[in-house]
Amino acid sequence: MIDGRRRQAFAPREQRLLDSLQATGPRYYALVGGLVAIILWGLIAYGVQLRYGLGVTGLRDNFMWGVYITNFVFFIGVSHVGALMSAILRLTGAEWRRPITRMAEAITFASLLMGALMPFVDMGRPDRILNLLLHGRLQSPILWDIMSITTYLTGSTLFLYVPMIPDIALLREHYARGPAWRRRLYTILALGWRGTPGQKHQLETIIGVLAVLIIPVAISVHTVVSWIMAMTLRAGWNSTIFGPYFVSGALFSGAAAVITAMAAFRWAYHLEDYITVRHFKRMGYLLIALGLIYAYFTFNEYWTPLYKLATHERGYLSAVVSGPYARIFWFTQIGGLLVPVLLLTLPTISWVPRLQSAPLLQPRPALAALAATLGLRVFVSSSGSPAAALGDVAALRALLPWVLTAAGIWLFVALLPFFRARPIAAAVVASLLVNVGAWLKRFVIIVPTLQYPFLPIRRAPVGWAVYRPTWVEWSITAAALAGFALIYILFSKLFPIVSIWETREERGTEASAGEVAHAPVP
Amino acid sequence: MLTRRTFLRTLAAGAATLVPLGGGRFLRRLPLGRRSPVPALVAAPTVDRTLVELNGLTGGAGAAAVAYAASPPQPTGPGIPGRRWVMVIDLARCDGCRECTRACQGMHFTPAGQEWIRVYELRDNEVAAPYWFPRPCMQCDNAPCVKVCPVSAAWKREDGIVMQDTSRCIGCRFCIAACPYGARSFNWVQPPETEAQQSLPYSDEWNQRHRKGTTEKCIFCPGLVKEGRLPACVAACPMGAIYFGDQEEDAVTNSQGETVRFSELIRQNAGYRFLEELGTEPRVYYLPPRKRVYPAPPDEPQPATRGVHP
Repeated sequence: MIDGRRRQAFAPREQRLLDSLQATGPRYYALVGGLVAIILWGLIAYGVQLRYGLGVTGLRDNFMWGVYITNFVFFIGVSHVGALMSAILRLTGAEWRRPITRMAEAITFASLLMGALMPFVDMGRPDRILNLLLHGRLQSPILWDIMSITTYLTGSTLFLYVPMIPDIALLREHYARGPAWRRRLYTILALGWRGTPGQKHQLETIIGVLAVLIIPVAISVHTVVSWIMAMTLRAGWNSTIFGPYFVSGALFSGAAAVITAMAAFRWAYHLEDYITVRHFKRMGYLLIALGLIYAYFTFNEYWTPLYKLATHERGYLSAVVSGPYARIFWFTQIGGLLVPVLLLTLPTISWVPRLQSAPLLQPRPALAALAATLGLRVFVSSSGSPAAALGDVAALRALLPWVLTAAGIWLFVALLPFFRARPIAAAVVASLLVNVGAWLKRFVIIVPTLQYPFLPIRRAPVGWAVYRPTWVEWSITAAALAGFALIYILFSKLFPIVSIWETREERGTEASAGEVAHAPVP
Repeated sequence: MLTRRTFLRTLAAGAATLVPLGGGRFLRRLPLGRRSPVPALVAAPTVDRTLVELNGLTGGAGAAAVAYAASPPQPTGPGIPGRRWVMVIDLARCDGCRECTRACQGMHFTPAGQEWIRVYELRDNEVAAPYWFPRPCMQCDNAPCVKVCPVSAAWKREDGIVMQDTSRCIGCRFCIAACPYGARSFNWVQPPETEAQQSLPYSDEWNQRHRKGTTEKCIFCPGLVKEGRLPACVAACPMGAIYFGDQEEDAVTNSQGETVRFSELIRQNAGYRFLEELGTEPRVYYLPPRKRVYPAPPDEPQPATRGVHP
């Protein structure tokens, strides 16, 4: 089917990459089928919402925004990875980025699409969407959002597409005798690329210009998203730091998302020759740096009002730090920030292997201890009466958070040698934690503030004084995540997920520059 | 009526819509360029003022959009010229009976869960006495809700009233997020309507019909005010605690028929505006709850309603 001689033109790892465009096993179809099923379910939920109104969600007058806006901020945040990987790393000449730029750009594309969808899902009158065009008011931050997101979507789509042209031309040759639809698709999209020096020069120029232009656009996008909140007077949103705070959080979550994608594609398409442990380490360093910047902004955002405890800010602050939202908040800070950073730093310390000799830190006793603690937790929360078999349950209850913390630290230390041996696993676990934390953090930014308006929530009908997302909101959220994954997977079936021509060039530069020194390891 | 300004706006909006939708074919049929500047269009507002038929532009999404854009400007216009409506609420007289809320609900058929004038039990600090606090829309002169509205569905009239056009609102709820007084409500579902209500027209000034997925609020009953009557809540207050009037005229009136100088009332009673520090410039003034002749609210204010969604 495919010309044998052309086959020879590709290195083995490139051949494997090209095979990934076609290799579709039952697992692939099961995954796509599952994602489509989730999307269909989400569409049903949206149909219910259209039919009966937003009343089917947990949103009410006091909680006018909730999960949908959380998703919006989350997806737009993840989309920043494209600008980070392709533009910032390109401009700073980080050669190791080459195999993962396209993955990052594709994440940007898919998550921007899903993120841009969310405000429309949240609209009470989607039938009047044209009003934004007909009666749009430039004074409204919503219009700024529309402008910056569409600009970023256009820019990042170009940024995804333009560097792909030489690869598409390769595919055009590769599939010269392949299926007609692929032949046609690649022929059109290759734009007559022949690889002449003039074309190459033009391509480099365009990429260079785009790289410079996309950075301010990306920064503006998340700044404007944060202004949706920061432009109001509400305590907790009325903050001048929201712009950079959101941008730093966006880069952090985006970098984490690309680590997850790297691991998934490396595993699914056998890209070990392209995406090496080195890449995970580099991305890990990047994640540490971005995490520390984000931690700095988070600290500023919370510490300044916490120190002053101004009247109107007390409510949401106490709810977040020690009240009903404290569990989520501290998870985002410890699970979504501290632990990922520690996971990426501590296992590299030289004395970590010695931990294995400590009997208490063997995986088995550590896991047993954790299981026992969790069992205790279940037992204590289920036994309501003070006359329980264990005696003073109240004292146990007070002790429990400390026991859990101790067990957590123990488990973490016990797992350090494991993660030292498997840096990829460490990076993936860290990045997943970061992304879960990132979503929850956006929820904690949006919802507690609404719980504590200037005038207390009074005379609210039953159920209006708390926010509990309903199945409709969760279904649509799941569908959005599935849509993101589906776009991403389909993309990887149409175009090689690693840039072929750019990784070819990398070999040349690497040979001359030599292995770039690793960051110092203590 | 179709003025030159609306015509130009129609053209601009139509062009913006048609170019992506229908290409240049539609545009060539519009009277552009060398032709007469007088519009060759016939605008015919239908009964509910939502659709305008345009000559030579029937059918298709583009035409519908153009028709939508051409719907007449706000029917309530800029408000009553030369007036600046103002409200004064005497907290010393309010005994928390909530007649104002009920009168408002009767007047506007406010959907379930909405109180456009809500009576709070407030207490400024632990040693201060609790007091009743009716909160209508403050009709801010520097209105946060008007600022953030992406489609001009919320706008400020020259007579000081912040209006809401539920036929244009897209339901983004940014205005609810922006309002520091919690004065805005959302129609989460289509509010059920009585037959009597259904016989009434949709009117921004009377605001008695409600649309699903749009925001609404207190608007100082401009329909009644235009007829020279007091807003429903003011007229219903048995204590005469709410005064309403024109700041230009410097006179406010309550339900007892007491008409007093607005400036003197504020000066002599240390009148203030709620959350002055936010700079929203409310048009509602409060007189402090001093020398109250009516019983104060119970010491412990009612807790916020708790519970889960049904």
